[in-house]
Amino acid sequence: MADNKTVLIKVKRQNDPKSAPYWEEFELNYRPGMNVISALMDVALNPVTRTGQATTAIAYDSNCLEEVCGSCAMLINGRTRMACSALIDNLEQPVTIEPFTKFPVVRDLQVDRSVLFENLKRVKAWVPVDGTYDLGSGPRLSPEEQEAAYPLSRCISCCCCMEACPQFNEQTGFVGAAAISQVRLFNTHPTGKALKTERLRALMGDGGIHECGYAQNCVEVCPKEIPLTTSIAEVGGQVMLQAFKDLFRK
Amino acid sequence: MATNPRIVVVGGGLAGLAAVIKVAEMGGQVDLFSIVPVKRSHSVCAQGGINAAKNLKGEGDSTWQHFDDTVYGGDFLANQPPVKGMCDAAPGIIDLLDRMGVPFNRTAEGLLDFRRFGGTLFNRTAFAGATTGQQLLYALDEQVRRYESEGKVRKFEHWEFLSAVLDGNQVCRGICAMDLRTMEVRTFPADAVIIATGGNGMIFGKSTNSVVCTGSAQSALYQQGAFYANGEFIQVHPTAIPGEDKLRLMSESARGEGGRVWVPKQPGDKRDPQSIPAGERWYFLEEWYPKYGNLVPRDVATRAIFKVVYEYNLGIDGQPMVYLDLTHIDRKILDRKLEGILEIYEKFVGDDPRDVPMKIFPGMHYTMGGLWVDFNQQTNIKGLFAAGECEYQYHGANRLGANSLVSCIYGGFISGPNAVKYARSQQTSTDGISSSVFEAEQRRQEGFNDLLINNPGNENPFQIWRELGALMTKNCTVIRYNKNLEETDAKLVELLQRFRNVNLSDKSMWANTSFVFARQVYNMLQLSRVIAQGACLRNESRGAHYKPDFPDRDDQNFLKTTKAYFAPDADEPRFEFEPVDTSLIPPRPRRYDAAT
Repeated sequence: MADNKTVLIKVKRQNDPKSAPYWEEFELNYRPGMNVISALMDVALNPVTRTGQATTAIAYDSNCLEEVCGSCAMLINGRTRMACSALIDNLEQPVTIEPFTKFPVVRDLQVDRSVLFENLKRVKAWVPVDGTYDLGSGPRLSPEEQEAAYPLSRCISCCCCMEACPQFNEQTGFVGAAAISQVRLFNTHPTGKALKTERLRALMGDGGIHECGYAQNCVEVCPKEIPLTTSIAEVGGQVMLQAFKDLFRK
Repeated sequence: MATNPRIVVVGGGLAGLAAVIKVAEMGGQVDLFSIVPVKRSHSVCAQGGINAAKNLKGEGDSTWQHFDDTVYGGDFLANQPPVKGMCDAAPGIIDLLDRMGVPFNRTAEGLLDFRRFGGTLFNRTAFAGATTGQQLLYALDEQVRRYESEGKVRKFEHWEFLSAVLDGNQVCRGICAMDLRTMEVRTFPADAVIIATGGNGMIFGKSTNSVVCTGSAQSALYQQGAFYANGEFIQVHPTAIPGEDKLRLMSESARGEGGRVWVPKQPGDKRDPQSIPAGERWYFLEEWYPKYGNLVPRDVATRAIFKVVYEYNLGIDGQPMVYLDLTHIDRKILDRKLEGILEIYEKFVGDDPRDVPMKIFPGMHYTMGGLWVDFNQQTNIKGLFAAGECEYQYHGANRLGANSLVSCIYGGFISGPNAVKYARSQQTSTDGISSSVFEAEQRRQEGFNDLLINNPGNENPFQIWRELGALMTKNCTVIRYNKNLEETDAKLVELLQRFRNVNLSDKSMWANTSFVFARQVYNMLQLSRVIAQGACLRNESRGAHYKPDFPDRDDQNFLKTTKAYFAPDADEPRFEFEPVDTSLIPPRPRRYDAAT
């Protein structure tokens, strides 16, 4: 009976960073067009587990719900992805929902991904403009240059590439594909490349670009289909060249 | 007097970040508060572009023409001098963004490309694919990160604004905020405060807005004595994708690039849209508005779609939906200029809009109203400024597409320097204010929290919110009747009563999201009364505010700004009206169906 159709979800929960995780199952009424977010919203409306036990609303990060803010990244059926664009119709049930494993859990599905923003500082991912007063138009760019930069600039900082990367872990301290791809973006910009040397040096040494093990998981899981491995290859070449230059300058 | 004043900025969208950059540049110290990491703010959702009369297409466009289109599009409700200031500044803002590295689309010669948007006949909209808001926000986010690494900006992300700290003279001396993880309530002194907390779409349940757009901060300030202006002016975007969790925007740029809106002429026509011959399709916008066609302003397009669906019963397959068709446009052009939004449709609906016409319907999108501010972006509370969608200043009764991004950045650029100037001109700096002022506000907020967390009732805040959304969408959006508005307000009083019986399923004091949401729901309810009562009082039709019982604009009685203020004893809004500054362009009838 279509009327009685339900959705089964299994959520890995954790009350705070220090406590042990546990699983809860929920059976929800099915509606066409449901996504993982609407399932989590249904739980908040009626926080009762499948076995009828009262529980609490599930904590999760979300904002735009159209895959452009990067908030709602989690593991859904074991896959690194955004919860908003995970449509229930396309998922095998029970749908398992877990927080990312390589970032500290805050609560339930919320994790602390501030490391990426720190990395963006480390690689100086900005164009060093003189100031915000009126200084006339920017540099001319061909449509081809714009079309090369734009896809890189669509990175939503979701950290899917870092979660999926075997090299991204506490041992290596690897900076991750997202930040490296931003280096490529800013090193290409006519004004942004003023900081090219500093950016490349930031990618040398501990946790630098050499930690990449070419597993290519990053490019596979990127929800924005950013050519991350191409970015790593290109920036890797730039770093190598810079290292040679630095060597001879000594 | 503070030479390097401390300025608190609340909200890290375009307006907030624009203000932060200006303050830091002037030597101020910034504390920036945001519910989400600022890079995840709602500004990322803006798609189509940003307006500036650069006149790079040889059309004879001018900033005056942009100003005229904006004032006319807003049905003459906006005070004109600030709107003119914004339109004059817009070309310089585009240049700055270009210098910051925004990947705007280019012409063959390497110059900025521009496309057409609603409510104008000029190609005036600069764009970066169809994710312009995201690209602009990132550019400002990067500059702020630069200042952050230089120690000029401190970020407080995952913090929620609760209230302003006001001294005995009603002067703003800082804010009270809550850490969304530890749930700690703290006050932060400041020489001036800038509020840039965006829109209030969550009041309508499902809208094109992001989850954080609750209007909670604006509502809290209104309850503390700030005027809230033109709250009844709510923009319903004509083209959104209906969804289970939200309504996803389908940018006006789809029509700017040639998209056509139509329905089958035959009611209940079940044929595949591609097999319906041109003669059996009704391109009603093109027929009714030959000059502007599919690019009439949003309020006009939305009402036209409502008419076709509800009066002519011509919605697709009897459902409240019409076609937005791009299939006649070259795929390469679509990919180059609209990829971001086509991807959203593909991912969330499952059809490729390059092959199949999209099914869309109007959805709540934007609030023209907001905190009342003067021409310096200062609210009626001294030391408290506001910028961006949370204030009312630039769009009158209806906002034109691609004007929001420019108004956010411009508002930030005006409020930042004015906040610094204000702080520098003060005789008594905040350092000289007694700590008891801050302690009192902190205690007030902690008291509210204690009440809420221990409340022994039986109401679920999420349930109250769902009912609020359905109520407001039904009665306070496209078509308004006084009887329904009065009923709405009565229902809101009932919901506020029920809120007193809220019982939180989660009583923990760590990252308690339902607790935070419950606080927001209370503020949403209070602000909803401003919207409903304001709509009821305005017995005319103007821009997005449409009453079939009062179908015409009434300049004699209502060419006025609605100003709501909170009456604490009565726990409800009161209203006064302020004349509109129309010193630059005399009001004229607004008619898109005829040449003007």
